[in-house]
Amino acid sequence: MASIASAPAVATRRRMNPTLRRVLRNKSIMFGSVIIVALLVVALTGPWITPMDPLRQDIWERYEPPQGIWVDGEFNTRYILGADELGRDLLSRLIIGARVSLLVGLIATGISLVFGVILGAVSGYVGGIVDDVIMRIMDVLLALPGILLAIAIVAALGPNIVNAMIAIAVVRIPTMARVVRSDVLAVKNEEFVEAARALGQNHLVVLFKHILINAWAPALVLATLGMGTAIVAEAALSFLGLGTQPPQVSWGRMLSVGREAIRSAPHVTLYPGLAITIVVLGFSLLGDGLRDVFDRRLKDT
Amino acid sequence: MLKYIVRRLFSLVFILLGVSIIVFLLVHLAPGDPVRIMLGEDATEADVERLNRIYGFDRPLPVQYFIWLGNALQGDLGTGIRSNLPVTLLIFERMPATIELALWSLVLAIGVGIPLGVVSAVRRNSWIDFGSMFAALIGVAAPNFWVGLILLSQIALYVPWLPIGSRGPSFPEALLAIVTRLDFVVFWDHFRYVLLPALALGTSIMALITRLTRSSLLEVLGRDYVRTARAKGLREFTVVYGHALKNALLPVITVVGVQFGALLGGSIVIEVVFAWPGVGRLIVSAISQRDFPVVQGSVLMLAVVFALVNLLVDLSYSLVNPRIRYG
Repeated sequence: MASIASAPAVATRRRMNPTLRRVLRNKSIMFGSVIIVALLVVALTGPWITPMDPLRQDIWERYEPPQGIWVDGEFNTRYILGADELGRDLLSRLIIGARVSLLVGLIATGISLVFGVILGAVSGYVGGIVDDVIMRIMDVLLALPGILLAIAIVAALGPNIVNAMIAIAVVRIPTMARVVRSDVLAVKNEEFVEAARALGQNHLVVLFKHILINAWAPALVLATLGMGTAIVAEAALSFLGLGTQPPQVSWGRMLSVGREAIRSAPHVTLYPGLAITIVVLGFSLLGDGLRDVFDRRLKDT
Repeated sequence: MLKYIVRRLFSLVFILLGVSIIVFLLVHLAPGDPVRIMLGEDATEADVERLNRIYGFDRPLPVQYFIWLGNALQGDLGTGIRSNLPVTLLIFERMPATIELALWSLVLAIGVGIPLGVVSAVRRNSWIDFGSMFAALIGVAAPNFWVGLILLSQIALYVPWLPIGSRGPSFPEALLAIVTRLDFVVFWDHFRYVLLPALALGTSIMALITRLTRSSLLEVLGRDYVRTARAKGLREFTVVYGHALKNALLPVITVVGVQFGALLGGSIVIEVVFAWPGVGRLIVSAISQRDFPVVQGSVLMLAVVFALVNLLVDLSYSLVNPRIRYG
C-alpha cells in the first residue's frame, strides 16, 4: 500500500539529472568537497580569523608548546597550537599559509591545464609531424622525475614563489597533454565531427566547440588530482628553500624551519604537515570520486 | 623481443639527448651572466676571464652545447666550482647511496604492503581492513618528507639504536662482512641507518601497494577458477596463497615498476631530511652554492638512471606476465 500511496509523489518530483545524482551520492566526492570547502573558507577569510598576528614575534614565547583552546576553564586564543622559533603563533601562520598553498595549487594547475589542453588538442587534431614533435618534447620532460625537473627549473630561474609555480606547471603539462591528446584522437573520427566539418566550420571551431567539449572530463579529473600534487610540490620546494621566501608564510617553509627543532619542539613540524596531508587527501578524494562518476576509462591511471 | 629492446634503446638515446639539451640550457635560463652568478658579485676580472675560458661561455650557444655534450659523453662533466673536484667523481661517490635508499624503500614497501593488502582482502570489513585502508589513504596523501620529520621526532629520538640522520656502512660492505667473516654486526649497523629514511621514502608506494593488493585480490577471489578450487575442497590457505595471489599480484608489479623511478626523485627531499649523503643532497647543496656544473651533472645522471630503470622495468613485465609479448 505504501508504495502505491507514494507513487504520485515520485511522479510529481522533478527528475534529477542522473549525473548530478551520482555526484551527490558519491561519498568520495562528498568528503573531498567538505575538506576543500573548508580550505577555501580558511583561505578567503584568513586575515580575519587568525587568533593572533601571524607575523608578530615574541622571543620569550619561543617554541611555546600547544596550549589548546581551553585553559584554566576559559576559552583560549593564545598559542592554541603553540609557537615557532620566533615566538609566532603557529595556528595563525597555518591559516595564512593556506592561501599560499591554494594559490600555488590553483595557478600552477591552471597553467598546466591551459598549456596541456592546447598542446594535447593540437597534437591530437593536427597529427603528423606536429604531433610527433610535441609528443617527443613531452617525452623528454617526462624522462626526468617530476620533483627533479621542478628543482632544476627553480634552480635556473631563481628561488621564489612565481618560479616555483612555473616549475610545477611545467612538470604537470606533459601528463595533461597526453591525456587530452588521447581523448581528441578518440573523438576526432566520430561522425558529428565530420558533419561539423562538412557544414564548413573551420578547424578551430570544430576542435574547441565540438571535440574538446566531449573530452573535458579526464582533463578535469587530472586537474583535480594535480591540485594535490602541486600543493605537495610547493611544500617540497619551499622545504628545500626554493619556493616561498620569508616573510611569506607557507606550510612547506614552516616545515623546513621546524626541522631545526624536532628535538625541542616537535609540534612545529607536526601541524603544517598535517594540514598538507588533509588538503591533499581532500583533492585526491574529490578527484577519485569525479573519475568514478565521469570517466571510468581513467580508472587505472 | 630483441627488436623491441633495440627500438627502446634507440628512442632512449633521443630522449636522453633532449634531456641533455634541457640540462644544458638550465644554466643559460638563469638571468644574467652565469659566471658572475657562480662566482658572486665580488669576483675579480681575472677570475671571470679564467672561468669563461674554461667553460667557453664566450662562444655561441650551440658550440658550447656540443663541447659540453662531447665532454659529457667521455665521462667529463666538468669540475665542481666549490670543491674543485671532477663532477663525475662527486656523483659516483654518491649515486650508490641514492640507489641503495630507493631499493630499500621498495623492499620495505613490498614487504609491508603486500601482506597488509592480503590480510585486508581476506578479512574484508574487519577492523584490520578498515585500519589498513585508512592508513593507506593517509599514506598516499602525506608528503614523504613530512613523514620523515615525524619519524625523526616521534621515533628516532626515543629509540636509542635509531640514528637521527646520516648513513652507516654501505650495503656491499655489510654483505662482504657477512660473506667473509659471518659478521652480522655491520649489516645491522647498515640497516639501522637506512630504516627510517627508507620507510619515509616508501610511504606512498607502500600505501599504494596495500590498496592495490587488496582490490586486486578481492577481484580475483570472485572469479570462477577460485570457486572451482574451493569446490574441490581445497583449504582456504591453498586457495588464497596457491591460486589467487599469484594472479592478483600482476597489477601490483606493474605499479611497483612505474613507481620505482619516482622513488629516485622523491629521495632528493628525503636525503635532505635525513642528511643522507646521496645525489639529491648533492644537488640541493650545489644549488644553494650556485655550483652549476654539479647541478647539471647530477640532474643528467639521475635522468640517465631514471630512464634505464624504467626501461628495465618495462622489459621485465614480459618475464613476470607471460601474456605480454613485445613484437
